[in-house]
Amino acid sequence: MSSKVKFGVVVFPGSNCDHDAYHAAKHVLHQEAEFLWHKETDLKKSDVIILPGGFSYGDYLRTGAIARFSPIMNEVIKFAKNGGVVIGICNGFQILCESGLLPGVLLRNQSLLFSCKHIYVRAGTTNSRFTSELQANDVLRIPIAHGEGNFFAEKETLQEIEDNGQVAFRYCDESGSVTDASNPNGSLNNIAGIMNKTGNVMGLMPHPERACEEDLGSVDGKKIFESIINSFVLQTV
Amino acid sequence: MFQSTITIKLRPSILDVQGKAVEHGIHTLGMKEVQNIRIGKSIQMVIDASSEADAKRITEEACKKLLANPVMEDFSYSIQKI
Repeated sequence: MSSKVKFGVVVFPGSNCDHDAYHAAKHVLHQEAEFLWHKETDLKKSDVIILPGGFSYGDYLRTGAIARFSPIMNEVIKFAKNGGVVIGICNGFQILCESGLLPGVLLRNQSLLFSCKHIYVRAGTTNSRFTSELQANDVLRIPIAHGEGNFFAEKETLQEIEDNGQVAFRYCDESGSVTDASNPNGSLNNIAGIMNKTGNVMGLMPHPERACEEDLGSVDGKKIFESIINSFVLQTV
Repeated sequence: MFQSTITIKLRPSILDVQGKAVEHGIHTLGMKEVQNIRIGKSIQMVIDASSEADAKRITEEACKKLLANPVMEDFSYSIQKI
């Protein structure tokens, strides 16, 4: 592979954070980036697939339920099952759960309100390709913008997620304490993001791509992208 | 031809926050007798099948593969010849 990591950003009808993800990868992190229309079946040699935020198919039926059947998703599923790196942000997280690449589901926010604000998260583990640039007690300030971000899984599944160290991020307060008050949507165990068992697929509700530049009020999201990029660099050394 | 009418509801173990909010509204109206409101979806579809058994099979497949998410929802349906 070239020295740059190539991010393929999938565009579904109704995606609206695709350009933000493209911009963060290409212009802020100086990597390669390309849009992938959902009807395509070629991932164009991407190293990382981003399923961006938005309202794919108008959130009809259930969030992410119809996008999961877009032609490109068959390729994304194959790619992920072969160890390819996939990150789903917000609606992308919902699509990953619907497609079975991640366990659980995102329910309606407990408040019933669409929640759009900056929140704080901390890594559930720093031993992953998505969080390796973080310290265990780092607190990231990143925005959320969702109506269905309330992570739910059956008791046994949740236990498995915890036992396997699959929690990527938890909502916390500014000082890093994981509290009920800092949970913006009612997610079980304050879960903001999870990984699959093999650690190559991650979904998260907060938007790291919107927190990569000082002008946007936070650069904390960059650490997540840098973790991913460095995981490729380390592999090729 | 057959028509299936499908009802999809959140599983009983899941708190239905929408139902709770509506219940609160109903109580504000003075109807204190009303309890445990659960909100779901109703989906109707016409199926060009040769038998009721076929229509059932197709309905179940549609529910399992797309219309309901078994992690959070249960479904039930009825089938009518039209």
